[in-house]
This record gives sequence, structure tokens and C-alpha cells, in this order.
Amino acid sequence: MSFIVDYYNYWIVVFLMMAGFYIVISANNLVKKVVGLNIFQTSVFIMYISIGKVSGGSAPILADGITSYSNPLPHVLILTAIVVGVATTAVGLALIVRIKRAYGTVEENEFKDKDALI
Amino acid sequence: MFAQHFPVLPIVLPLIGAPVCMLLARSQLAWLFATLISGFSFFISIVLLLTTLDQGVLSYALGGWEPPWGIEMRVDVANALVLSVVTGLSTLVLVYAKQSIDKEIDRNQHTLFYTAHLLCLAGLSGILSTGDAFNLFVFLEISSLATYTLVSLASDRRALTAAFRYLVMGTIGATFILIGVGMMYMKTGTLNMLDLAARIAEYDSNRTLNTGLAFILIGVSIKLALFPLHMWLPPAYTHAPSAVSAFLAGTATKVAVYVMVRFIFTIYGAEYVFHEMGMDVILLVLAIVAIFNCSFVATVQSNVKTMLAYSSVAQIGYMILGISLVTSAGLMAGLLHIFNHALMKGALFMAVGAVLFRTGSADIKAYYGLGKRMPLTMAAFTIAGLSIIGVPLTAGFVSKWYLVTAALEQQHWLIAFLILTGSLLAIVYIGRVLEVAYFKEPADPTDTTIKEAPVLMLIPMWILVLANIYFGIDTSLSVSAADAASKWLFQPAADLGAVR
Repeated sequence: MSFIVDYYNYWIVVFLMMAGFYIVISANNLVKKVVGLNIFQTSVFIMYISIGKVSGGSAPILADGITSYSNPLPHVLILTAIVVGVATTAVGLALIVRIKRAYGTVEENEFKDKDALI
Repeated sequence: MFAQHFPVLPIVLPLIGAPVCMLLARSQLAWLFATLISGFSFFISIVLLLTTLDQGVLSYALGGWEPPWGIEMRVDVANALVLSVVTGLSTLVLVYAKQSIDKEIDRNQHTLFYTAHLLCLAGLSGILSTGDAFNLFVFLEISSLATYTLVSLASDRRALTAAFRYLVMGTIGATFILIGVGMMYMKTGTLNMLDLAARIAEYDSNRTLNTGLAFILIGVSIKLALFPLHMWLPPAYTHAPSAVSAFLAGTATKVAVYVMVRFIFTIYGAEYVFHEMGMDVILLVLAIVAIFNCSFVATVQSNVKTMLAYSSVAQIGYMILGISLVTSAGLMAGLLHIFNHALMKGALFMAVGAVLFRTGSADIKAYYGLGKRMPLTMAAFTIAGLSIIGVPLTAGFVSKWYLVTAALEQQHWLIAFLILTGSLLAIVYIGRVLEVAYFKEPADPTDTTIKEAPVLMLIPMWILVLANIYFGIDTSLSVSAADAASKWLFQPAADLGAVR
């Protein structure tokens, strides 16, 4: 039991990661695929934030009387990764807009049928 | 004074050049500017390659923050070699693109093409030069995002769905790499590659590190299109504009191969990956399946661009095969093939693009009788095709020769035999195109619109073709660079740390 409670943040990471991954694979709708991709990436962000925590450490702001700080580096890394994630989502959504214009649908099976006709 | 900044210039120049390109707004100006930037990066890469062959490693502390705290740009023979290939091919492709994209990309999107191309170049150079594992991820995403844009610029609507599929697969791959880097950081507390290598060497085997390695290798395998994770590649290369296919086929997946080499040999160490984790057998089997499966699939394609895309996946198999032999000679053959493959696939895709420019089709039916109508283009296709097959006096022969020698050195007779059989399949798919081009009559003999490609497309194509022949005869530069690079990579990681 303590294996689950003590590491609950990592269990959340695993659950989100698998849920996101499953959506990416199974969803037929392209927007849902992007949503799945986002959940998948977010789980990794939480993993990074988790590993930055030092037990008993305070927030990494210099102050009197505090000797133990959490590690701020993973936060900074994840700030960059969030930017990358937002950019990916933007490109993905832009592509979906153009796919909708070209095919009139964002359902994967429908535009596959349309291409087969040509 | 200025020369000390050389390791970072191939990244900074295109990165600054990209937005400028967008502001120029005129297609012609943007073309000239992008070509100059890329050419200058190529020049710097050559200087870097010659310097590293002479002096060894160049280290550059970005922003003046000393490594291992700051981000380090670290150029050694291995990445200088690939950097020269990438920037060189980029320059040639840009020269070629001016007319090629006229027919394949909407007129008002031309500046966007040059912008995305420069961004992609900046990302690829960054991946190659950086000495920081997280920084590598960031550059990987810069180049990938630019690549998705480049693919989607084609006017064919199937390019959009191909680009979207590529985006989904590419993002999953990159996120896997991010997870792997996070796990390495969890255990070692550092992101600098040499620091990582030194600290990982302290562990014999560790579950977190093993899992991290597994995530990284799968993520990189998606990016480099290792069989069976290659399914995003054929549609993307088929529907992308020809100039983009020519650039990506020679660089993007090859840079990913370099990333794999970097993680395996520099960070984890060959001992750890191959003996502890047994990756050599997995990679070897996948490489051989890639060579055969994709070469077979290539022989039945009616679209010549798709055929070349599958052939690319097969050629990646040869590179991974070289790596999985776990000898200095095998790694050297793999690196040499990165170099040579860029020359031959670049030339082939350019030839196909030229045919597309004149006939408007990449289908094999368009090639009937082209040997007479577009003699120079088809001659280029023939020579580059012979190079893919591995005929003596071409660059392709040299890398296959070293690959077979490396396999025989370890008494792997079966592998050597399979490499040669794989080449026979290349004869089939290249031969099919040559047969219809030279021995069939054109479908419509009266059509006079189909003539030789414009000079601006022929020049870069023939530079690559002549390079194929040159590096097939005089191998001193390519072989010595690949040899130095593999020896450099193959020394134990701990020794590398001591160099600093």
C-alpha cells in the first residue's frame, strides 16, 4: 500500500501517460489526437517537476534561515518543454484547419476514403 | 578572435537568418539570402571539420557559462563530419529549390519555405553541435517542427495528412527522448554529455538508467525511421515538395542516427548498451529486416518518390547494421554511409524533382522514354542509382565495402551475404526506372513540353553526382574523417571525460 501512497505522483504520471498515449493511438478525430498528445506530454512535465522536489526542501528562493532548497533546474527545463509542447499543438491545430479545408472533415477514416477515390 | 565562435555559428546564422528571410517578403531575395546563409554555414562547417581532424575537440561555453553548469557546444570529428554533410546538402538543395518549388509550392508561401528551411537547418546543426542532453531535445523539436511545416507546404492535399501523421509520430518520439533524459537526470543530476558519461560509468547496471536508455532508443528509432517505426516516412517524403524530400532524406534521419550513436557510444558507452542490455542483437535483427522488407516494398511501388522513400528506410538499415556490429570498423562503415547516402539520395530526389517539374508526375509512367528527352537528368539518376546499388567507382560501393569488411572481420559470413543480397534488391528497384526511361517509347511522342530540366536544377544535381564519383575513387577525405570519428567515439566514455 505504501508503495502506491508514497509514490502517488509517479502513479499519476503513469496513468496520464498511458491515457494520453491510448487516445493518440485510438482516436479517429484529429483534434482528439492532439488532445491525447497534450495529455501525454503533460504527464512528462509532472514527472520532471516531481524529480525536482527535495524532501524537506523549501521553494528555491534565497531566504534567511533556510538551508535546504528544492532543485529548480527541472522546473526551468520543463518551462522550455512546455513552450515546445505549445508550439507542437499550434502546428498540429494549424494542420487540422488546413485538412478540414481540403477534405471537409477531420475524421481520419473519412479522408482516407476520399483519397482512395482519386 | 572571431574563429573561437565557429562552433556555434552554424546554429546562430540560420536561426537569425530565418526571421529575416520572412521579412524580406520577396521570393527572389529570400532565396538569395537563405542560400548565402546556408553557404556560409557550410564554409564554417568545413573549417570546423579540418580543425577537429587536426586538433581534436572544440568546446564552446554558450553565454560564457562554464560546462558542466552551462550549455556546452562540443564539436569533434564525428559531428563536424555530419555537420558538413547537412550544411553542404542544404546549400545545394536551396540552389535547386528556386525553380523546383515554383511548381510545387504556392507562390505566396515561398518565403515561408525558405524560413522553415533555415529553421530546420538551425535545429539540425544544433543537435549535432550540442554537448547537452536536454539542449539536444530542444533542437530536435526545432528541426522537427520546421520539418512538419516544410512537408505540409506542398500543394497536394495528401501532404497535409502526411505531415500530421509525421507530427504525431515525431512528437511521441521526442517525448520519449524527454522521458529518457529525465530518467538519466534523476540518477545522475547532470545533463552535460561528458558528465553523464562519467557518472553513468560508475553504475554497473541500474534500473532507472536502463529504462531511460530504453525510452531514448525507442524515441530516436522513431525519429530515424528504424523498421518497424518507419511508417511516417514514406507518405511524408512522397507528398513533400521535391526539394524538401531531397533535403530531409539526406539529413533529418541521418542526424537522428547520429543522435543514437551519441547516446550509445558517448553517454552510455558501448559496453553498457551492448553487453549489459543486449541491444546489439535487437538492432542487428531490425536492421536486416529493414533492409529486406523495405527494399522489397520499394520494388513494387508505382510512385518513384515512394520507392526512394522506402529505399531510404532500407539504407538506414545499413547504417544501424554498422553500429550494431560493435566494432570500430562497423561504426566507421555506418558513419561513412551517412555521408555517402546524403550524396546519392540527394541526387536521386533532385532528379525525381526535375522530372516532376517537367512532367508534373512522379509516377513511373511519366518516365517512359525520358532517357532521350531529359538525358542529363536521367544520367544523373542512373549514376546516383548505381551508387545506391553499390557499383565500384561510386561512393555507395565504398561504404558497402567497408560494411562487408567489418562483418567479415568478425566472421559474420551470413551478415556479409545478406548485405550483398540487399544490394541485389536495389538493382531491381533502380533498374525498373532505368528500363522504362531508356528502353520504352514515350507515351506521347509528339509532346514537346517535356525537355531537359532548367540549368539551376541541373547544377546542384550534377555536383552531387560528381561527388558520388569523386568519393568513390578518392576516398581519403571521407574515409579518414569517418575513421577518426569512429575511433574517437569508440574509446571508453571515461577516457573522454579525462580529455577535458
